[in-house]
Amino acid sequence: MLEIKNLHVKLEDEEKQILKGVDLKVEAGKVHAIMGPNGSGKSTLSYVLSGRDGYEVTEGSAELEGEDILEMEPEERAAAGMFLAFQYPVEIPGVGNMTFLRTAVNAQRKARGEEELSASDFLKEVRAKAKTLKIDAEMLKRPVNVGFSGGEKKRNEILQMAMLEPKLCILDETDSGLDVDAMKLVAEGVNALRDEGRGFLVITHYQRLLDHIKPDVVHILAGGRIVKTGGPELALEVENNGYAGILAEEA
Amino acid sequence: MALPEVKQSATEARLMALTLPESGCLKAARQAALSRVQTMGLPSRRDEYWKYTKPDTLVQAEAPKAAVFHADETPMFNAFERLNIVFVDGVFDAEASDDLELEGLTIDRIEDICCKDIHWAKDLYGVLEARGQTPVERPLAALNTAFASDGVAIRVTGKVSKPLNFTYVHSDDNSDAILHHVIRVESGAEVTILENGPAASRFNKCMEIDIADGGTMHLVRAQGRDHERRAATHLFTRLGTESVFKSFTLTVNGVLTRNEAVIELTGDDAVAHIAGACVGDGDFHHDDTVFITHDAVNCESRQVFKKVLRNGATGVFQGKILVKEGAQKTDGYQISQSLLLDDDSQFLAKPELEIYADDVACSHGSTSGAIDEEGLFYLRSRGVPHAEATDLMTLAFLAEAVDEIEDGDIAADIVSRLEGWLARRR
Ligand SMILES: Nc1ncnc2c1ncn2[C@@H]1O[C@H](COP(=O)(O)OP(=O)(O)O)[C@@H](O)[C@H]1O
Ligand SMILES: [Mg+2]
Repeated sequence: MLEIKNLHVKLEDEEKQILKGVDLKVEAGKVHAIMGPNGSGKSTLSYVLSGRDGYEVTEGSAELEGEDILEMEPEERAAAGMFLAFQYPVEIPGVGNMTFLRTAVNAQRKARGEEELSASDFLKEVRAKAKTLKIDAEMLKRPVNVGFSGGEKKRNEILQMAMLEPKLCILDETDSGLDVDAMKLVAEGVNALRDEGRGFLVITHYQRLLDHIKPDVVHILAGGRIVKTGGPELALEVENNGYAGILAEEA
Repeated sequence: MALPEVKQSATEARLMALTLPESGCLKAARQAALSRVQTMGLPSRRDEYWKYTKPDTLVQAEAPKAAVFHADETPMFNAFERLNIVFVDGVFDAEASDDLELEGLTIDRIEDICCKDIHWAKDLYGVLEARGQTPVERPLAALNTAFASDGVAIRVTGKVSKPLNFTYVHSDDNSDAILHHVIRVESGAEVTILENGPAASRFNKCMEIDIADGGTMHLVRAQGRDHERRAATHLFTRLGTESVFKSFTLTVNGVLTRNEAVIELTGDDAVAHIAGACVGDGDFHHDDTVFITHDAVNCESRQVFKKVLRNGATGVFQGKILVKEGAQKTDGYQISQSLLLDDDSQFLAKPELEIYADDVACSHGSTSGAIDEEGLFYLRSRGVPHAEATDLMTLAFLAEAVDEIEDGDIAADIVSRLEGWLARRR
């Protein structure tokens, strides 16, 4: 599904190397978790994969289903099946959440040569999916993320993911700022999307999200590299010993 | 005091090219306006009030040529039930217009004010314009009062069932039109007036609106897509107790536009909202100059102006709220913002507050900025292509102004014009 080889990334405007050779392979149907200390490059990895400006890939490659995505525009990556649930979802005053969702869904369909969803089919689908995420009609009408609480923003990200049905879902600290109930809701939303054909990259600080979204593989990212890879037990090790222990062990 | 030499000669040159219409009872008003022009002189670049907008082409004797633009789209406001009043190059076109009959109002041409002895119109013509000359001079409006060659007098006495729609057709590349309308909304009456079209190569329009206690007027105008047209327009509105005036202007293209609005809240609990959305590309200069005077208790005024500028276009906003002594509980709001789609475009804003009452809430703000890159990336990451995402963000920027239009269908028509403009620039 996703194959990252020897990825080196620096900031475009500064001589600051952030990723220093990341190798990662996420298979379809699997959930990979990435854990790591603050500033280790987790968000950078997710942004580079989704095509945000400001980063320069100096070495290495990233392919989605065999296609080089690094040369693609963000919207092309989205149409190819990439989705990032943002650590900090962006507020867009003046653009209604519903308009935004419908524009996005139909733009992707159009890019893939599929027919656009009719207004009524779209509405039915949104309502059903919003309901399971406890997103009410009022929230759908409001401008994108404007005035949403932290938890509402994260649920809104999952709603977008559910509507867009991507092939590869990257979740960047979707658990941050959530209380236990909200986290459960989000995790259920994600689990509902788990599927043979879909890969997940779940970035988190804490093991607790992984209690709800059970990963197949856990990676530790530190200093711009994946320093350790293991099974779900690795997340527990982080929980118990912190990163310090693992990093010392790997050094 | 003698006028500066340059101003004097420019004013004389313009006046030489015009003749005072021979209309009996308006003659005194026209002559008084002419002497106002002669005293003030026409605007020049040196004038403080014209610091950001060059008045030369609005003042010069001959109208600069402006090609008639043939738009391949349905005329604005076409889908609504309305009463059509058509002017071609500033001349009333009876053939193209509907019968000027509608329950709840009367419509007469200004040239008939005298023979029909329409007192209210005689008492209004030039009066609000003259009041609006202090504290800031507006010589182009006085010029209009003196020389207007056509226009209508509308008296609204009831709740009118459908909007009046002024269509201003531009058909001659060298046309120079001066129109003057007077509108009186009587107590408890309500009307919606729509205006659209470029009107002429050069258009000088003046509208005097007197709203009696409890009257309501909505005004929505679209200034026409002709790229080379020029316009100087004035709105003079006086509001009585508990009356309401809401105005929205869409400007798409036009090489030069100066829209002045002079609004006086003279009765308690009156409400005046004035909004504008303009989009300009390249050779485009758009100036909103607003002066709102609060002279009564518990009135609300609201100014919302949004400008989208690209390829070297210029936007200007001069907006003032004057709260007179005793105008307590005034609620004044003013926002002017521009979205600059590139580094070549500019926005010049001069917001002013002058307050002589102590129990008021007035706020104003002005911003100028580029498209929010974070928002743009967010939309693109969801699959919305760059151009479409930019348009969405642009429309979102304009939304606060468009939202000032109360009628949803009219607002939707305005939005579709904006979408068209954006789509043509993809
Ligand atoms: N746009 C940027 N400008 C400056 N520094 C950045 C930028 N993006 C990332 N960084 C820096 O790169 C490092 C990695 O950041 P990030 O990827 O956000 O880490 P994480 O998500 O693992 O906490 C940090 O030191 C951060 O300050
Ligand atoms: Mg991060």
